[in-house]
Amino acid sequence: MAAVDWQNLVQGIPSLLSGLLINLEILFGLIALGFAVGIMIALVQVYSPRPFAALAVGYEWFFRGVPEMVLLMLIYFGLRQFQVRITPFIAAVIALGLRSSAYQSQIFRGAIQAVGRRQMMAALSVGMTRLQAIRHVILPQALRLSIPPWSNEFSSVLKDTTLASAIGVIEVFKKARFIMGRNYALALPIFMVVALFFLFLTYVGNWALGALERRYRIPGFEAKGAGERF
Amino acid sequence: MALLAIDDLHKRYGKEEVLRGVSFELERGETKVIIGPSGTGKSTLLRCINRLTEPDRGKVWLDGVEVTSPRTNIYRVRAQVGFVFQDFNLFTHLTALDNVRLGLIRVKKMGKRDATERAMRELERVGLADKAYAYPAQLSGGQQQRVSIARALAMDPKLILFDEPTSALDPELIGEVLQVMIELAEGGMTMLVVTHEMGFARSVADEIIFMEKGIIVEQGPPEVLFTRPKKPRTAEFLRKITEFYGESG
Ligand SMILES: Nc1ncnc2c1ncn2[C@@H]1O[C@H](COP(=O)(O)OP(=O)(O)O)[C@@H](O)[C@H]1O
Ligand SMILES: [Mg+2]
Repeated sequence: MAAVDWQNLVQGIPSLLSGLLINLEILFGLIALGFAVGIMIALVQVYSPRPFAALAVGYEWFFRGVPEMVLLMLIYFGLRQFQVRITPFIAAVIALGLRSSAYQSQIFRGAIQAVGRRQMMAALSVGMTRLQAIRHVILPQALRLSIPPWSNEFSSVLKDTTLASAIGVIEVFKKARFIMGRNYALALPIFMVVALFFLFLTYVGNWALGALERRYRIPGFEAKGAGERF
Repeated sequence: MALLAIDDLHKRYGKEEVLRGVSFELERGETKVIIGPSGTGKSTLLRCINRLTEPDRGKVWLDGVEVTSPRTNIYRVRAQVGFVFQDFNLFTHLTALDNVRLGLIRVKKMGKRDATERAMRELERVGLADKAYAYPAQLSGGQQQRVSIARALAMDPKLILFDEPTSALDPELIGEVLQVMIELAEGGMTMLVVTHEMGFARSVADEIIFMEKGIIVEQGPPEVLFTRPKKPRTAEFLRKITEFYGESG
């Protein structure tokens, strides 16, 4: 095995980090989009009349069924076909975000159903509208229940951000390949560095979500056990 | 005019006709108790009164307002009708205080300070001021049910509907909830109570309504219904229920 060219490796790291920043930007964009759309889809599936609920189910089926890579191409090149010019970055956020919204909607739907109809009925019984009940009673509970499954989705979409390279976004994976292209001896160490970056981010993300879960844990529930509720 | 008037209420779930023409009235300050075997439509009836369930046919009037009219603002009606559920249905993520306060703030648009004051008063009334900051999961069933009564009371209801408020409670916790209800009745609250607590029915109710299979079989003052019911079915049911639940409570 050739000796590692430490100097070139170290020189490449700032470039990798600037690439990683792009991954983080995609990550925040896609999570925000996926969260907002995911909650709406879940609410439509649970609470709206059948035709709308069926549409939402169709939406979920589509975005969970089509491979990510194909979605990226469809959004990026597809929109160009209609003279909508968007940057690869935006296309990646949209494609990965919509895909994530389908997965997130499943998480939220399960959580909303776990909260149960009785909470809705109690809220309605004091005179709240359905929207008020959703806002003040259902979602605060459902979002708490969503945190553990949601952290899986977080880890998954974090890794997916590297797929944006396929439509030309210069993110960390692409940068690593540039560096490797200049010096093949760096292939192994450079991708190990990239792997470490992601392991670190996964760790930090899950730690933060764990802290969030503890912060919003409902007192009294730990003792009685979640099983009792359902 | 009666505070609550129910006229020929019908409700069907699929093939099953759960309510088959129920009519009765409730005067201001009255307490009526509904008894009857399970699956008879008692809960459905209560839910139809504030349209948590939509009746198929029939009318409900509350204080001169036709609740069942599509033009009625149903949210306003519900804010005026307290509902106490069998399994409490407190908002799990909120403290006792916030449970009582939520409707005041969101529905009555009361300021936070006034709402807090009012909510604390109601918690005091049910003897739980010291549990204001406890979450439902930290309270006993009896305490949870008392908070849920406070939640209903805070809205200044014209009428409170109780759907088997003690059926989910351990026997030793039933008394504290009944005590609160007795005080309410004595204080002049209008109440419609579905319960198996015959002691409560006998001592508090102005009238007992015996329902079976979606209709009212017989109704009358407790002294009459308990001692000389007109229908054999009523007598049979009362015998069974006293065997099951006893006289106490
Ligand atoms: N949401 C519902 N959907 C379908 N059937 C229902 C629903 N609610 C009640 N029922 C049926 O209506 C009948 C009466 O129920 P309920 O009003 O709860 O009776 P009770 O309170 O007297 O025990 C039961 O057979 C029950 O299965
Ligand atoms: Mg019932």
